Amino acid sequence: MKTTAEHDTGVDQGRRRWLAQLGLMSGATLLAPGIHLLAIPPAEGAADGTKRWGMLIDATRCDPNCQLCVTACHEENGLPPATDAQAVRWIRKVTLREERSNHQVSLPMMCLHCAHPPCRDVCPTGATFKRKDGVVLVDRHLCIGCRYCVMACPYKARNFVYGPVTTQKNEVPRGMGCAEGCTLCVHRIDRGKLPACVERCPNQALLFGDLNDPTSPIRRRMAEIGARALRPELRLDPAVRVHGV
Amino acid sequence: MAKSMIALNHYAHAVRFWQLMGVWLLLIAGAAAAFFSLEHFGHAITGMTNHIVWGFPHVIAIFLIVAASGVLNVASIASVFGRTDYKPYAPLSAWMSIALLIGGLAVLVLDLGKPDRLTVAMTHFNWTSMFAWNVFLYTGLLALAVVYLWTMYDKRVSGWSSAAGIAVFLWRLVLTSGTGLIFGFLVGREGYGTALLAPAFLALSFAWGWALFLLAQEGVSRWAGEPSAMLDEALFTRARQLFAVFLAAALYFVVIYHLTNLYFERNAAFSRFLLFAGGEFTFLFWIGYLLLGALLPLWLVLGMGDRASVRWAALLTVFGGIAFLYAFIIGGQAWPLQPFVGYEVLSSGFDDGQVAIYQPHWPEVLLALGGIGVSGLLITLAVRVWPFVPVRT
Amino acid sequence: MGRRFSRWIRWGAAVAGVATLLTAAAQPPHIEVYPERGPCVADRETMRREHHQMLKHQRFISVHEGVRDAKVDFNQCIACHASPQSQSVAARPEDFCVACHRYAAVAIDCFSCHQPTVSTAQRQGGGR
Repeated sequence: MKTTAEHDTGVDQGRRRWLAQLGLMSGATLLAPGIHLLAIPPAEGAADGTKRWGMLIDATRCDPNCQLCVTACHEENGLPPATDAQAVRWIRKVTLREERSNHQVSLPMMCLHCAHPPCRDVCPTGATFKRKDGVVLVDRHLCIGCRYCVMACPYKARNFVYGPVTTQKNEVPRGMGCAEGCTLCVHRIDRGKLPACVERCPNQALLFGDLNDPTSPIRRRMAEIGARALRPELRLDPAVRVHGV
Repeated sequence: MAKSMIALNHYAHAVRFWQLMGVWLLLIAGAAAAFFSLEHFGHAITGMTNHIVWGFPHVIAIFLIVAASGVLNVASIASVFGRTDYKPYAPLSAWMSIALLIGGLAVLVLDLGKPDRLTVAMTHFNWTSMFAWNVFLYTGLLALAVVYLWTMYDKRVSGWSSAAGIAVFLWRLVLTSGTGLIFGFLVGREGYGTALLAPAFLALSFAWGWALFLLAQEGVSRWAGEPSAMLDEALFTRARQLFAVFLAAALYFVVIYHLTNLYFERNAAFSRFLLFAGGEFTFLFWIGYLLLGALLPLWLVLGMGDRASVRWAALLTVFGGIAFLYAFIIGGQAWPLQPFVGYEVLSSGFDDGQVAIYQPHWPEVLLALGGIGVSGLLITLAVRVWPFVPVRT
Repeated sequence: MGRRFSRWIRWGAAVAGVATLLTAAAQPPHIEVYPERGPCVADRETMRREHHQMLKHQRFISVHEGVRDAKVDFNQCIACHASPQSQSVAARPEDFCVACHRYAAVAIDCFSCHQPTVSTAQRQGGGR
């Protein structure tokens, strides 16, 4: 209630004080939890900055009628079968014909884990990021589902999850409204295993390894048979390289 | 010379006001229903796919945002370029900018896969991303436009009006260039990935903003029953000539863009698709944008030149702009990515090499229209309570 | 106008008061734990206060560094806290996470992406 004096000046000092106190208390309440110190020591991760994980796709060994890499990926990562335009595909088989020679070749196509990923560059929150060992991943805690990365990828490696997901695997969290793509099976490679597609391929068309180690099988095979990046003029330096295309 | 401003006479126009509000509220209700369905069922209920991830909501949202920046031209001409004849129309122009921007942003945010993560988007920034910059560019423009309006109405700060006008003008040059560069920075797609999109969008913003302003200003003046609030003959002539200049500038950039694309064999495929082989997109480009959205308005504005013709020209420009964006945004995604240059795709598990189909479904159409509803509601509401109608003495 | 306003305030306060009493009368849920599966990462009071901070802090490190065997491992939390009836922490209203979060009215987003059900492999291996 206003006093007579306050009626004269038109300003309710008591209300002002109360509002100021409310503001201070709210501010303190909001800030306080942030000053809390966490006592969890950071664990050592499997991501190793000295390595650069990559893959060699030998298209000359790939069977056009085989879909085992796709099946393996879908099983390993809990992906439903890709039946319509809204379905998610982390890997796909492609059969190509060279325009003038008519030579046909087939290969699997997935996220190429570029050294300069356009998807990472356009992601507004930094959800799409490149791990220090070169694997390009989506941190779904930060993804807002804007699909800018899907627009940006030159290789059509990115997907958007259109509907609710309940059958995800424990090791591969994924959900509605986020962008995603091939993870190079980080949950496997961090434990020293091979990506599911590489393990399943019956024709040794896929070879996985450390591109930074010149003595690794993948580097030696690349030196032997040659390998190139898809769309090399974009200078994205992908970690997944192809031979025979 | 306009002397004073009036708000609408509440009692005389109550019916029309509530009718108009009814339309906007209906559109907003439709968008709300669409949004809640999207939250529950996901974007699966839309026509968007993993081939076309930005659909009709983005077309309308980007139109509203680009027009929002363009509509400030009127105020800029008054404050920055010193043409005081336009000064009485500056408040409406600034408010329309705010309203259109809010409408466009609302659609963009509600269309996100995870709109509840908006706080994440406001606290985590990747500075190589145009979207991260846009968070600041768009909110900054809103704040500057509010300050600008304040300098127009409050005598104590009216000395800052010029400075505010210049700040708004420069800010929106950056903002609209940024909107163009959303697409300009995409390296992978043949339809995008060119710096030319920044000035192209700037020119388009001038044309669309001017058109929307002419329509709104005439609508408001008629509604207020103040014929003297219409632009006088001299001002009208200059306004329509400026409209023609903006239309021509936009057309210039679009033509240069396609000509250059067609010249480079490595870039030509997309332009050939859009201009000659794109089905609905070709139709929308030639008939929707070029004919109805650029050439016909130019003829109406320069050749005919009377007020009714200019009104039609403005309306056609708006529809032409939406047609242009539909062909550009959706056509740009429908045209397949080309990771295997020199190869024809015989088969693919992801339809590589195939032109994608987009069929808008009700949820995304309603969401897009809701953005128009929000902008319309804000403009209608403001016009009723604020003195936006200049009156000549 | 003042008198009508204060009547609104009185009615509003009455409704708020009744609502508070009703919600205060609600019993906190009985949360089942399974000590035979081994001890948790920290004691109950610490976990109640800080589990969200632990998860939030650890998840960034796990994702960005590829940590597979952290002390705070969400899949391990689920494995230990999954109810025997549903094998899940979020399937039924009585399951571990959901029971408390419904009572506290704090919405959680985790299970839109994380699988709340224990995997077969983990079920066979038991808890920690």
